[in-house]
Amino acid sequence: MQSTVKEFKPLIVAFCCNWCSYAGADLAGSSRLSYPADVKIIRVPCSCRVNPLFILRAFQRGADGVILCGCHPGDCHYTSGNYYARRRMTLLFSMLDYLGVDRRRVRVEWVSAAEGARFANVMNDFAATIHELGENVKLEDLRCKQ
Amino acid sequence: MQKIGVFVCWCGSNIAGTVDVHAVAEAMKNVPGVVYATDYQYMCSEVGQQKIRDAIAEYGLTGVVVCSCSPRMHEATFRKTAEKAGLNPYMVEIANIREQCSWIHKDKEVGTEKAITLAKAAVAKVLKNAPLTAGTSPVIKRALVIGGGIAGIQTALDIADAGYEVDIVEKSPTIGGRMAQLDKTFPTLDCAACILTPKMVDAAQSEKIDIISYAEVEKVSGFVGNFTVTIRKKARYVDITKCTGCGACMEKCPSRKGKNEFNMGLNTRTAIYIPFAQAIPNVACIDPEQCIKLKTGKCGLCEKVCSAGAINYQQQDEIIERQYGAIVAATGFKPIDLTGFDEYGYNTCKDVVTSLEFERIMNAAGPTKGQLVRPSDGEHPHEIVFIQCVGSRCTEDAGKGKTYCSKICCMYTAKHAMLVRDKYPDVNVHVFYIDVRTPGKNFDEFYRRAVEQYGVDYIKGMVGKVWEQNGKVMVQGSDLLNNEQITIPADMVVLAAAIEPNPGARDLATMLTASMDTNDFFTEAHPKLRPVESPTAGVFLSGVCQGPKDIPETVAQAGAAASKVIGLLAKDHLVTNPCVAHSNELLCNGCSQCEKVCPYGAISYIDKEVRGPGVREVRRIAQVNEAVCQGCGACTVTCPSGAMDLKGFANRQIIAEVDAICKAQ
Repeated sequence: MQSTVKEFKPLIVAFCCNWCSYAGADLAGSSRLSYPADVKIIRVPCSCRVNPLFILRAFQRGADGVILCGCHPGDCHYTSGNYYARRRMTLLFSMLDYLGVDRRRVRVEWVSAAEGARFANVMNDFAATIHELGENVKLEDLRCKQ
Repeated sequence: MQKIGVFVCWCGSNIAGTVDVHAVAEAMKNVPGVVYATDYQYMCSEVGQQKIRDAIAEYGLTGVVVCSCSPRMHEATFRKTAEKAGLNPYMVEIANIREQCSWIHKDKEVGTEKAITLAKAAVAKVLKNAPLTAGTSPVIKRALVIGGGIAGIQTALDIADAGYEVDIVEKSPTIGGRMAQLDKTFPTLDCAACILTPKMVDAAQSEKIDIISYAEVEKVSGFVGNFTVTIRKKARYVDITKCTGCGACMEKCPSRKGKNEFNMGLNTRTAIYIPFAQAIPNVACIDPEQCIKLKTGKCGLCEKVCSAGAINYQQQDEIIERQYGAIVAATGFKPIDLTGFDEYGYNTCKDVVTSLEFERIMNAAGPTKGQLVRPSDGEHPHEIVFIQCVGSRCTEDAGKGKTYCSKICCMYTAKHAMLVRDKYPDVNVHVFYIDVRTPGKNFDEFYRRAVEQYGVDYIKGMVGKVWEQNGKVMVQGSDLLNNEQITIPADMVVLAAAIEPNPGARDLATMLTASMDTNDFFTEAHPKLRPVESPTAGVFLSGVCQGPKDIPETVAQAGAAASKVIGLLAKDHLVTNPCVAHSNELLCNGCSQCEKVCPYGAISYIDKEVRGPGVREVRRIAQVNEAVCQGCGACTVTCPSGAMDLKGFANRQIIAEVDAICKAQ
C-alpha cells in the first residue's frame, strides 16, 4: 500500500519592520542562527504599515501562519508605530475566531535590531507551533462556489 | 510592457555555498515579466554593476531585481547602478538571499527553493513599482547643542570654528557641567578647571556661539535640516545684560541655607548666587524656592546693594523659538541615587561620601578649601577606604544599581588614592575592587604608580557592610586573594557610585524622536560604524549621554559629532526620502483619521476641487507634506476609504509579495 500522505510543509509569512526586526533577521543570518525555510520575510517600513487585511490575504492564499514583528514598545523608529500595530492586531485577534482561523496562527513579536538570537528563537517556536497545528483551512469566499 | 532583469549574486561562496545560483537564475527566466536573468560572483563589484548596466541598456529593462545580501547593505549601491544606466533608482528591488536564506540554511535544495520564492516575491513587487523622484529640502545653517558640559562646549566650539552659528542650551545657570566640579584629571593630574575654563571663555567670546543658560528645551518639531525648537529661559530674577558678577548681593543675602549644588550639597549657598567663581555667564541667579523676597515679599536687600540695578523680582520665564538644521544631544550624567545601598551606610553616616563629593573636598575651591577633613567633625582622617563598583555591574536580579560598568571609576579612584597619599603620606588608603579596569593610554601605568610608588592597598573583594562604631566607620569586606574576611576601622569611606544619564534625557529623547536603550543612554545609529549619530536624521550624540566615557573620549566624540553637523550644515539642500505617503483625492473623504495617527504632523487638510469620472466638486481632502513625512505608513492602515497609500511600499506591492510567496509554495 502506498502512502498518499504528503509531508506537511508549512507556509509562514513574516512581516518585519525595516528598523528593528528586519535588522534582527539580518543579524540572525550573519550570526548563522538557523530557523526553518518555511518562514518568508516581507520587509515593511514599520509594523504599523501592516494592514490586518494583508494578513487575511495571506490566509486566503493558503498561508498556514503569519507573524508580525516590530520594534519593542517605546523603541519605534517612528515613535509610536508599534503601538498602532499592537492595537490593530488586538482587534484582528478578536476577528480571527469569527473567521474560523485558529488564533495561534497569528503572532505578534517585538524583536530589536540587536536580537538576532531572539529572532531565530521566535521563528523556530512559531514554526513548531504551526507544524503542530497542521495545514490551515483556506479562507474562501463561499459565494464564489455557488 | 514591463521588462524585468534578475541578477543573482554568488557573494563568493556566501550565497553559492547553499543556494544553487544557476538554478535560481534559470527558474526566474520562466517568471512572467522577466526578460533576462543571470548570475555572477560579486554583483556589487564594478564588473557586476557593469553587467546590470549593460543588461538595462541591451534589454531595455524597466525594473531590476538583485538577489543578494540584505537591502540594508547594498540597496543604495544597486539603486545608484540603475540610475547610472538611466533607470529610475526606485525601480530596483532586492531579494535578500544571503542573511535570510543562504546563511541560515544548510541544505542546498531547501536554500535554492527558498531563494526562488524570495526572488519571485521581489519580481512581483518590482512589477508594481512606480518611478519615484526624491525631493529636496533646504538646510538651516544653525546648530543647537543641548547641554553645556565639556561635550557640549567642545561640540559648539568645533562647529563655530567651521563658521556656523551654534546655540548651547544649558539647564543650570552656568556652563561647565561635571568637569567643572572635578579637582584633577587622570592620568596626567591636570587641574580640571585650568583646562576647562579657557574653553568656557572661548565659547562665551565666540561670535558664532550663543549660550542660553538656565534654559530648557520644551518642544522640538520639524526634521533634519529644518528643526523648530521651543526653549524656555527660566526666570533668574537678574537682568543678565546688567549684572557684572561683582558678588555684592551674595555678601548681603540673609537667606544662606540653600544646598550648594556645585559642592554636591556639602556646604550652603545664599539664595542669590553665582554657582562658582569661573561661571559663564558670570551673573547671579536667584533661587525662587529660597529667596525671602520672592516667597514673602519682604527683604529686597540684593536689589538695594546692586549698583548695576540688575535685580528684577518681576522677571518671568521667557519662551523663545528658533530654527536649526542639526541638533546635538550632550546631556551628560549624574551619579546614581544611593537609596537602596544601605549596606554602605551612605544615608546614615556623614563620613561616607561619594567620589564626586570627595572630588569637591579635595578641590582648593571646594567646601574645605582643599583640606582633607572628615565631614562629620572636621578632623583629619588617617584611614580611608575606597569602595569600587557601588551600583555598577550589578546583576539584574539584584533589583538595584546598573548592569553596566561605569568605566571611569577605576581610574578616578586610583587618582584620588594617589592624590591623598601624595598630599598626606600619613593617611593609609585601601581600595576594595572587583576588577581594576585600565584600558586607556597611560592608564595602567597610572594605576601601577598608585600601587607601587604610592603604596595604595588594593584589596580584591567586595564590601558587605559599613557601620559607625566609636567615631570610626567600620568596613567589613572579603579579601579574596588571601581568602579571609577583614574589618577595617576607617575614618572616611568613599563610594565610587555608578553614573547614569541625566534624568531629563528621556523626555528630550522623546521630543527628538531619538531612541534610547533600557538604561536611558541614547542609542547610536550603528554601534560601530555610526557612533555619534542617533537613528533620527539630523540628531547627533556627544558625551556620556550616549554611554559612559572619560574626558578624552568625550572630547573626541564631541569633535566627531561636530564634524557630522558641519557636514550636514555645509549642504544647501538635502535629498528627501521619496517613499512617503500620498492620498488619492478621489477616494479621500476628509475624515481626519490619518491626521490623528501621524507622528510627525505631516498631514493637513485643504479644500480642493476634485475632478474625476462623474465628479467635479470642492472637497476637504488630506494633503501630505512630503518633506515632513518619514514614510512609516501608520496613516495607510487607518484610512477607512483606502485613499492613503505609501510610495515604495504600496498596498498593491505588499499584496503582490504576499501572493507571490503563497503561490510559489
